[in-house]
Amino acid sequence: MMLHIKNGIVIDPKNGIDAEKMDIFVKNGKIVEESEVKGDVKVIDASNKLVVAGGFDMHAHIAGSKINVGREMRPEEMRTVRLVAGKFRASIGRVLLTSPAIGYEYAKMGYTSAFEAAQPPVGALHTHEELDAIPMIDKAALPVFGNWHFVLKYVAEKNWEKLRTFIAWAIERTKGFGVKVVNPGGVEAWMYGGNCKSLDDEVPGFGVTPREIITALIQETENLNLSHSVHLHCNNLGTPGNYETTIESMKLASKFSNDRRQVLHVTHVQFNAYSGSSWRDVGSGAAEIAKYVNSVDNITIDMGQPIFGHATAMTGDAPFQFTLHKLTGARWSNKDSEIEGGAGIVPIGYLPKNPIHALQWAIGLELGLLVDSDKVVLSTDYPNGGPFTEYPYIMAMLMSRKMREKELERVSPYVQKATGLAAIDREKTLFEVIQMTRSLPARVMGLDSKGHLGFGADADIAIYNFDPLTVDVTNDFETVYKVFKTSAYTIKGGEIIAMNGELVKEVWGRTFWVDATSKVEMEAIESDLDEMFSKYYSLERQNYGVEESWIKKPERLVMG
Amino acid sequence: MIEVEIISGRTLDQGATVEEKLTDEYFKAVNYCELSEEDFNALNLSEGDRVRVKTDFGEVVVYAVKNKDLKKGMAFIPMGPYANMVIDPNTDGTGMPQFKGIKGVVEKTEDKVLTVKELIEVI
Amino acid sequence: MAEEVNIICTFCGSVCDDVQFDLEKFKGKKFCKLGSSKFSKKERIKAPMIDGKEVSYEEAIEKAAEILVNAKRPLLYGWASTVNEAIRLGVLLTEKVRGVYDQCASVCHAPGTLALIEEGVPGGSLGEIKNRADMVVFWGSNPMEAHPRHPVRYSVRAKGLLIKDRKDRKVVVVDVRKTKSANMADLFIQIKPGYDYPVLSALRAIIKGEEDAVPEEVGGVKKEQLKELAEMMKSAKYGAVLYGLGVTQSRGRDRNVENAIKLIQLLNRYTRWIIWPMRGHYNVVGAGEVPAWEAGYTYAIDFSRGYPRFSPGEFSANEILQRGDCDAALIIASDPAAHFPKVSVKHLKKIPVIQIDPFPNMTTLLSDVVIPSAVAGLEAEGTAYRMDGIPFRVKKIVDTEYWSDEKILELMLEKVNELQR
Repeated sequence: MMLHIKNGIVIDPKNGIDAEKMDIFVKNGKIVEESEVKGDVKVIDASNKLVVAGGFDMHAHIAGSKINVGREMRPEEMRTVRLVAGKFRASIGRVLLTSPAIGYEYAKMGYTSAFEAAQPPVGALHTHEELDAIPMIDKAALPVFGNWHFVLKYVAEKNWEKLRTFIAWAIERTKGFGVKVVNPGGVEAWMYGGNCKSLDDEVPGFGVTPREIITALIQETENLNLSHSVHLHCNNLGTPGNYETTIESMKLASKFSNDRRQVLHVTHVQFNAYSGSSWRDVGSGAAEIAKYVNSVDNITIDMGQPIFGHATAMTGDAPFQFTLHKLTGARWSNKDSEIEGGAGIVPIGYLPKNPIHALQWAIGLELGLLVDSDKVVLSTDYPNGGPFTEYPYIMAMLMSRKMREKELERVSPYVQKATGLAAIDREKTLFEVIQMTRSLPARVMGLDSKGHLGFGADADIAIYNFDPLTVDVTNDFETVYKVFKTSAYTIKGGEIIAMNGELVKEVWGRTFWVDATSKVEMEAIESDLDEMFSKYYSLERQNYGVEESWIKKPERLVMG
Repeated sequence: MIEVEIISGRTLDQGATVEEKLTDEYFKAVNYCELSEEDFNALNLSEGDRVRVKTDFGEVVVYAVKNKDLKKGMAFIPMGPYANMVIDPNTDGTGMPQFKGIKGVVEKTEDKVLTVKELIEVI
Repeated sequence: MAEEVNIICTFCGSVCDDVQFDLEKFKGKKFCKLGSSKFSKKERIKAPMIDGKEVSYEEAIEKAAEILVNAKRPLLYGWASTVNEAIRLGVLLTEKVRGVYDQCASVCHAPGTLALIEEGVPGGSLGEIKNRADMVVFWGSNPMEAHPRHPVRYSVRAKGLLIKDRKDRKVVVVDVRKTKSANMADLFIQIKPGYDYPVLSALRAIIKGEEDAVPEEVGGVKKEQLKELAEMMKSAKYGAVLYGLGVTQSRGRDRNVENAIKLIQLLNRYTRWIIWPMRGHYNVVGAGEVPAWEAGYTYAIDFSRGYPRFSPGEFSANEILQRGDCDAALIIASDPAAHFPKVSVKHLKKIPVIQIDPFPNMTTLLSDVVIPSAVAGLEAEGTAYRMDGIPFRVKKIVDTEYWSDEKILELMLEKVNELQR
């Protein structure tokens, strides 16, 4: 199928195109030069419409056992009917969604890729089964390393070759995309009822610290030069005063550099950007964090923006989830997982008049506004902050001070003294917001074929009923919000999958995974693997891991 | 006649024959009721005798087996078609029938134990 | 030269994956009695049948599709003893024919799901128990008869990171009768049938320091013994309550599990504890997980309005059958004729029934269309989730003429689509 998207107004930050009238040509699922497209071509009239790359959600919890436990725990979330079964599957969910609903909602919004942020390694096959149940989008999963006993052991032994080899082995076995680290050391400490809240707390049984774990994982991820950098959920999440832990963690990246991309991506920073010493005097540490991130060139972050309404806290940070359960009295699920880590799930909500929730909301926006647009990705850490379908709300807020002023009127006045949000005049441009939702996430993940509209890019394109040359984003925020919720066209791999909020065709995306095995000698860890499996795992090493043939459409990225 | 509280549940033999339900082995694995030594003797039972187990929900004839580890007043029938003739089908709004803890009576009988195929006919 | 292959057992929720199977002798090393029987040669359903007459797979599947499409409200039940790939097709099929999806958990551990909804579940994987648990409480669970290798692989004799010897661990069995599992316990506590709930409440009160509220005897257990148990639990470094049908099938059902979960929530404020159900079938977890991601719920799902609705009191198989609220049934990988109360079976006898199963069972005796399938884990491959949710790819180690559940359902879905056009 060949496409000619005619007369659209293109914003393509990676290729420096800022609202220029341009035609886009598609052939065989790729964006190509006009000369290649001859014969039977479908023409899409994109006059007065914005044409951008499909959105890239590089941090969302969309597939795997904790997402499913969230569904099972919260039937109240499943009663919203989005689509009755017919040509397409029944689609249900309020903020939590079924797998078909996830694919359909991303498609309607103009997003074409979404990556699962935390995959429990022993449960990798389950994560892939759920990813394969999500239609429309391209996907991947990040296995979690920060409390895995092999990692703790090799860091303690300072055996970098083995650590490096292990990373390559683990990503291959889980068919994962990179190195995710969640509360390093803290989840192992939770097995004893504790936590690692500072970078220098010792992990029980191993004598290593989060500082050592993070540094070692960055070092070896860079030695392997993986597609994506270490992706860190910091220690001390959700605690007043934790912004200092976050900056200290970020400083661990200072001696590393990489030409292609950042060496450290710190995730949902909002939850790790609190100042103060208790919930009585908690405030925003966003400005300090933004200052640091802007001053270096090798760190990226994503916002973790709360959206007022329902949400579900689900992370691999098991001790934090228990704290949340005690704090809120809400239902609590926990899963300690073999010798790899853990997870926890607690239903939550964000109320505008609640001072703490309003503070969190304000901090997310501060980060989005203060951090340079080539360093901050737009996210809600779905479903922890709220639905991904509200990304347009965040986009509109970043671009309009007027909209923020209006919102500030309805939230708790606590944010006036506890954050600097009201004083921020900055309005990000549409170019910047497209960067934060398309080209930046693709670069952060190391995927050259995504997030832009240059020749050779995957033909994942979103067209919006929005003329950037005439719409005033700073004043007409209602239009901005409405327009970005529903694309005029969503094109995936060159096929039209959604139009004006209606699904057109169900397609199935690819699952990317990273193969770095040629960069290591597996022999180095063979006997350790055999020993640890037989002593500490409850399943056989030979039955551990995922084979490519079990995944619907695997796409192997070889690290040369 | 004695009063009992009936529990139905798994046994190793029942589990080991659960995929051959039309065989004699399965029949033997599920067609009995365990009684305490006291209750077994109170009914004047011997090895191989049958009993009629009756509850508000139904009745069934099964073989009687003595189990020294059972306390007086408790009866155990392996899960399966015989137990399901007498347990409580009501789910209390949960969807789950009450398979354990049903009050009933047990008396000696000369009637024979129906085979699995015969049982399906009379339901 | 005998060929030995590693096999993953597909009988109970323990999903033992350390079995070496000799293909020539057709025997496995390390199987328990249940695993041995699963992988032994048994009488099979010989061929697909319609009304007792042998037909081809295609004809039987076509007939099944007709029955489902013509039914106003078909019940599609079972699913716990097949693989996820088949279950997923089952959910899609149920959605297509606007029927009701229910699975074996509705007569086993579904009350645990209801408790999960009320309280969440603070749990952990089997490896954590093996490595860390210095106290294990089997509550209403009889692993020696239902999960024979669980104690040796995961929970009683298993050694790991912190547990080096059987002596490092205290094993308690709580039950209404002295089961075979009581013999392996350090402490056996007998309670009166139907009294799990107050016993759990008493433990919670004692642990919270409110023992004055507890009478001298609760559910047949003396207060002193409850205090002893409470103290043991509070002093454990990492404990696990593993519960079974004794709790879910007796008076109180889901409330029993809820109360046990509340006890674990409380204990986690002093030390570390987890609680987990002893799931029965090798993939009953999958039978709940797959519909959860496809359709939002784990069992008792009605699709008659074109979207999934969950209501255990209305849509679980026994409720539907007892109300006579289905006019056809597809039974796969289960045997409701043997395992449901007789009033439910009564209705099953009245309606057209399609069965998919490798082995003839009591449901076969009342089925109109019988479709024999391959045995997953032996003749067909696929994904199954162990009792703690860990996924395994069960193996195909012998060839067979029988179609896999997946293949049967794939064709059935195709036929249904054709008929509905």
